[in-house]
Amino acid sequence: MVSFFSNLINGLSLGSIYAIIAIGYTMVYGIAKMLNFAHGDIIMIGAYIAFSVITSLGLPTGLGILAAILGCMVLGICIEKIAYRPLRGAGSSLAVLITAIGVSYFLQNTALLIFGSNPKMFTPIIPFKYMTVKIGEFSFQTISAISIVVGIILVILLQTFINRTKWGQGMLACAQDRGAASLMGISVNGTISLTFAIGSAMAGIAGVLLCSAYPTLSPYTGAMPGIKAFVAAVFGGIGSIPGAMVGGLLLGVIEILSKSYISSQLSDAIVFAVLIVVLLVKPTGLMGKKIQEKV
Amino acid sequence: MKNSRGTMTKVSRDNLGTIIMLAVVFAAVSAARAAGLVNSHIDGLLVPICVYAIMAVSLNLVVGILGELSIGHAGFMCIGAFASAFFSKLTAESMGAFPRFLIAILIGGAVAGFFGFLIGIPVLRLNGDYLAIVTLAFGEIIKNLINVFYVGRDSRGLHFSIEGQMALGLEPDGEMIINGAQGITGTPFDSTFTVGFILLMISVIVVLNLTNSREGRAIMSIRDNRIAAGSVGIPVTRYKMLAFTISAVIAGFAGALYAHNLASLIATPARFGYNMSILFLVFVVLGGIGSTRGAIIAAVVLTLIPELLRFLSNYRMLIYSIILIVMMIVNWNPTSRAWIRRHITGRFRRGTGAGEEG
Repeated sequence: MVSFFSNLINGLSLGSIYAIIAIGYTMVYGIAKMLNFAHGDIIMIGAYIAFSVITSLGLPTGLGILAAILGCMVLGICIEKIAYRPLRGAGSSLAVLITAIGVSYFLQNTALLIFGSNPKMFTPIIPFKYMTVKIGEFSFQTISAISIVVGIILVILLQTFINRTKWGQGMLACAQDRGAASLMGISVNGTISLTFAIGSAMAGIAGVLLCSAYPTLSPYTGAMPGIKAFVAAVFGGIGSIPGAMVGGLLLGVIEILSKSYISSQLSDAIVFAVLIVVLLVKPTGLMGKKIQEKV
Repeated sequence: MKNSRGTMTKVSRDNLGTIIMLAVVFAAVSAARAAGLVNSHIDGLLVPICVYAIMAVSLNLVVGILGELSIGHAGFMCIGAFASAFFSKLTAESMGAFPRFLIAILIGGAVAGFFGFLIGIPVLRLNGDYLAIVTLAFGEIIKNLINVFYVGRDSRGLHFSIEGQMALGLEPDGEMIINGAQGITGTPFDSTFTVGFILLMISVIVVLNLTNSREGRAIMSIRDNRIAAGSVGIPVTRYKMLAFTISAVIAGFAGALYAHNLASLIATPARFGYNMSILFLVFVVLGGIGSTRGAIIAAVVLTLIPELLRFLSNYRMLIYSIILIVMMIVNWNPTSRAWIRRHITGRFRRGTGAGEEG
């Protein structure tokens, strides 16, 4: 029973990281209507920025996290401006998808050139003596608890931002109907930049959390979590922020539980099989809106 | 389209052009090889280029002609590769090279087609991005399952397991055929450029014929408007299945060709993961969605670029990614498209209504 609870905590912790990444995916999809396949690589860049600031420059941890968040934010805005904006209005979502893949290759190879292919040991953001928490016979890693708390705080902040502020309302309007939103005086370009900024900042946070929990860092670190988070976003219903949160948490728990109880090699297959079953029963994901087809 | 007068339609002239182009390229490359003008790097790339071109043709059928996004196509290639390599390994001593390879290719296609059909049943009920993510999921599942699959042979026959090598209980002189994450080693090297070219030609002819048939027009009508197609009585699911299965069979052929060109066949993410599926999608989109010829050209060019950029050593993949982004933007940005239409393609289309889309 004790081991089940620590597995559950590990699953929730991994799930919160997936959720934070998935929220970025889902926001960009909801507002810019594109699958940003480079999102996973922004995570990796965020982790490298934090690594450089904390380990190479020897500056305090907080500064490293801040640099990762800001760096990713700027990176996200630049990527959108340079690579995706020229293709808006091209009328092909596939063209943007392929460009996103190009950006993903670009980020991976830039990291490869700067940092080399050897994995780096990431210094966890928590000092060693506070690594594990013990309550009775029940113990878990501090970083797990931090991931879960950070995940919950970010979702609450984001929901408040979207529902309570003018910018957030602008994002909702753009998600519904871009043309009508621009007629109402909302700057569509500005809103999409803002979305990329927020999504990428969250990817930066996810990068730091991910590499603190699993402390090896290579140019390909972001690829698999990126795909998993994409799956989580679809799981919960792509475009929905609470859906991404639920999808991410479920995905993390399923992954860790199947790793520890069924087969560590088959855990990915199980995660994907559950996704297929969910989509067959509920074709727009757990919390996705049912889209009425109009003829 | 004035077939009644006995002249060729524009479509069939176009298709003939594609086939002639391929034949000319094949003849030129063969001649250059015979004259010793092809360096060993490029020579080693000829079979992979055929494999990628066949995959581009196969994926173009799903993405360009059926209009559904598939990002798990490497999975079908993986099935074809393992099924055919398994057969070749099994009959390595008992059959001659030619009939063995022929049957291996057919088996690769058949097994991949069977899985395409099975996977198609649930997948094709979905639409759009959801369909795409499910194909991605299937691709990853296939790769994952093959990595835990063990098959061995001894005097008592074949043994299967998903537990590990030990669980097979092989006799001491037994032989491993599929060794889980180590895959299949020692597949005979049967793939040649000629075989690759013949397979490519067959897939091109099949796809082009399909597009110009009654079934093909039905499939394209589903792409253009699924609801309208359904409402005029086209059985949407059946035609979707048809296109998806044919595409899987062709991918299986490519897999067989790929497997018989490798010393050890391992289902690694780099070979059969979603990265590979996405690479095939890049071929299709860059070649012009729906154009078989374009997909083949894109596959050849994008496979050669990293090789031609070899002198840039470490920077080549970086340059490659920049080329990819720039090509996409130039090709698809509304302003640059209008410019290209006005200044470049317009000159070749004079008199056939150039600029009418403008």
